[in-house]
Amino acid sequence: MTGAAMRIELIRRPHQSTTMAIASPLLAIALTLITGAIMFALSGVNPGAALYVYFIEPLTAWWSVEELLTKAAPIILIAIGLAFCYRSNTWNIGAEGQLVAGAIAGSAIPILLPDWNGPLVLPLMLLMGIAGGMAYAAIPALLKVRFGTNEILTSLMLVYSAQLFVDWLARGPWRNPEGLNFPDSRPFSDGQLLPVIFGDDIRLHIVFVLIAVVVAWFVLGRTITGFQIAVLGQAPRAGAFAGFSRNRMIVVAFLIAGGMAGLAGISEVAGPTEMLRTTVSPGYGFTAIIVAFLGRLQPVGMLLAGLLLALTFLGGEGAQFALGLSDQTTQVFQGMLLFYVLACDTLIFYTPRIVRTGTASGPTPRTPAPGAET
Amino acid sequence: MNLEGAILTIITAATPLLIAALGELVSERSGVLNLGVEGMMAMGAVVGFATAHLTGEPALGVFASILAGTATAALFGFLTLVLVANQVASGLALTLFGLGLAALIGDAFVSLPGQGLPEINIPILSELPAIGRIVFGQDALVYVGILLTFGVWWFLFRTRAGLILRSVGDNHASAHALGYPVIRVRFMAVLFGGACAGLAGGYLSLVYTPQWTQNMTAGRGWIALALVVFATWLPWRVAAGALLFGAVSILQLHAQAFGVGVPSQFLSMLPYVTTILVLVLISRSSTLLRANTPACLAQPFVPDR
Repeated sequence: MTGAAMRIELIRRPHQSTTMAIASPLLAIALTLITGAIMFALSGVNPGAALYVYFIEPLTAWWSVEELLTKAAPIILIAIGLAFCYRSNTWNIGAEGQLVAGAIAGSAIPILLPDWNGPLVLPLMLLMGIAGGMAYAAIPALLKVRFGTNEILTSLMLVYSAQLFVDWLARGPWRNPEGLNFPDSRPFSDGQLLPVIFGDDIRLHIVFVLIAVVVAWFVLGRTITGFQIAVLGQAPRAGAFAGFSRNRMIVVAFLIAGGMAGLAGISEVAGPTEMLRTTVSPGYGFTAIIVAFLGRLQPVGMLLAGLLLALTFLGGEGAQFALGLSDQTTQVFQGMLLFYVLACDTLIFYTPRIVRTGTASGPTPRTPAPGAET
Repeated sequence: MNLEGAILTIITAATPLLIAALGELVSERSGVLNLGVEGMMAMGAVVGFATAHLTGEPALGVFASILAGTATAALFGFLTLVLVANQVASGLALTLFGLGLAALIGDAFVSLPGQGLPEINIPILSELPAIGRIVFGQDALVYVGILLTFGVWWFLFRTRAGLILRSVGDNHASAHALGYPVIRVRFMAVLFGGACAGLAGGYLSLVYTPQWTQNMTAGRGWIALALVVFATWLPWRVAAGALLFGAVSILQLHAQAFGVGVPSQFLSMLPYVTTILVLVLISRSSTLLRANTPACLAQPFVPDR
């Protein structure tokens, strides 16, 4: 905090800096890469080689670009939904659980009615996935609105519950009867899978992502709902005077976020994994939180941020294979990136200045700091 | 499974929750919501385990876990207090970062034998019938937890420094106008919260299950956060809540061991579902909450000059 001789003082800018709003995420990425390079060097890995494996190599082969898009799709879908929550100052951090709920709800058809293969199956599965995510997100939202229960804690607790529930399903009642005791459901049949629309692996949900970006851009920036969300998020009292219902907006934001996470969940099981497993995602719901902030809650920003974060997943796998680095490095990168994004965002609202202690005109603290001496 | 054994295990299950929640309580009383408890706990657990393993000194491990928690909390403090970043988002970042870094460090220590902290057995007294082992035969950190409960209560409600800390949490503008160093008080409180979370993590990897496994904190940091709300920011209620959750997690373990006809996954859900139920119950009585919630909780403060 305050050094012995110097401290950082923040001076509020008269207006938000528009330059910094664009520069801050880029600065955060740069700082993350520098810190990452230092981290690699300290652990005895050539930083240049490691960063190449992490961030460049996945882009050099077409198959891995396809994989990148496949990994980015669920992250971006979830992040767009979360942006509705965060813009209205509602803290849904349980998207991972809503994703699992969507995956379970959508899987009910292919698992319970494996022989049904008509043209209606896939749309119905997707709708059920969305509904499952929405229903699961409705729990923290309604508890918040009805009882004032803290939505941060309830939405997170529901993640653990959903993960345990899908683990039970995949090992127990929904396990493939013809499988060799693997804890997986039966593989979905072709009519129950998202069709490949491009290349070898790019499936239909890439289109959902593009639609979601456009729709979110329109709703958030061009409609009264988007305006209400922004007002209630930034100036709740003004919103109340304008007659906007905060409670209604909490429920709407949670339902949108849950629906998007549910869509991501069913797209995952009816896409790349082709069945329901004990684990549905490697933490896409949490990564999406980082993407939402890195993308400044702007649809196009989140699209780009989602691609970058998907790259860290892919690069992590590559680094594990090529350099023997732990795959945990990815999570450290992601956490670090969010730290830097939040730190750099300060520059949008404030100009930092380093001052010598004593020359500052503000009241100099003199009282002995109450420590934590217990 | 006798009653004595049950009470012993409930107390050991409750201790990490108690210690972490007390630290968070002090932090929140000063007006800072640190959602990074889970991450700080994981860091405390892995660093404590690694230190004990490498030095062969479990006591050093405990010390190292406190340091690790404090260091990660300092990161959070810098971000939210100096750079006034959003506290909720920064806390999440701390959790993601802490869990990741802990797993990275811990990769080298997975499935190694741990150095358990020895129990304190006060001679004669601990052999007393019925209450002997419960009162006098616990590991040292259980007593630390009890002392900490008393200490936090005494500090917050019986000392001048505690009064200043609460005033900073209830009205930072007035506290600043009176000349109290709002940011510095908050930074201290955050560091204390980190030290406690680190210690709680160290308890997990050095006493509760002396080993390191990834995700061994298993949401305890989040439950500790819920405990603070449940306790309406009062230390003794935190202790009561921690015992309740200790009991739930022990009940769940024993039900699994006895092979009750309920799938183990449903039993494992118990602590999380209980947390939600408890939060709903407590938030229904809004008078209870309003009386003690720090009024400036999670609000950023930039001193005007």
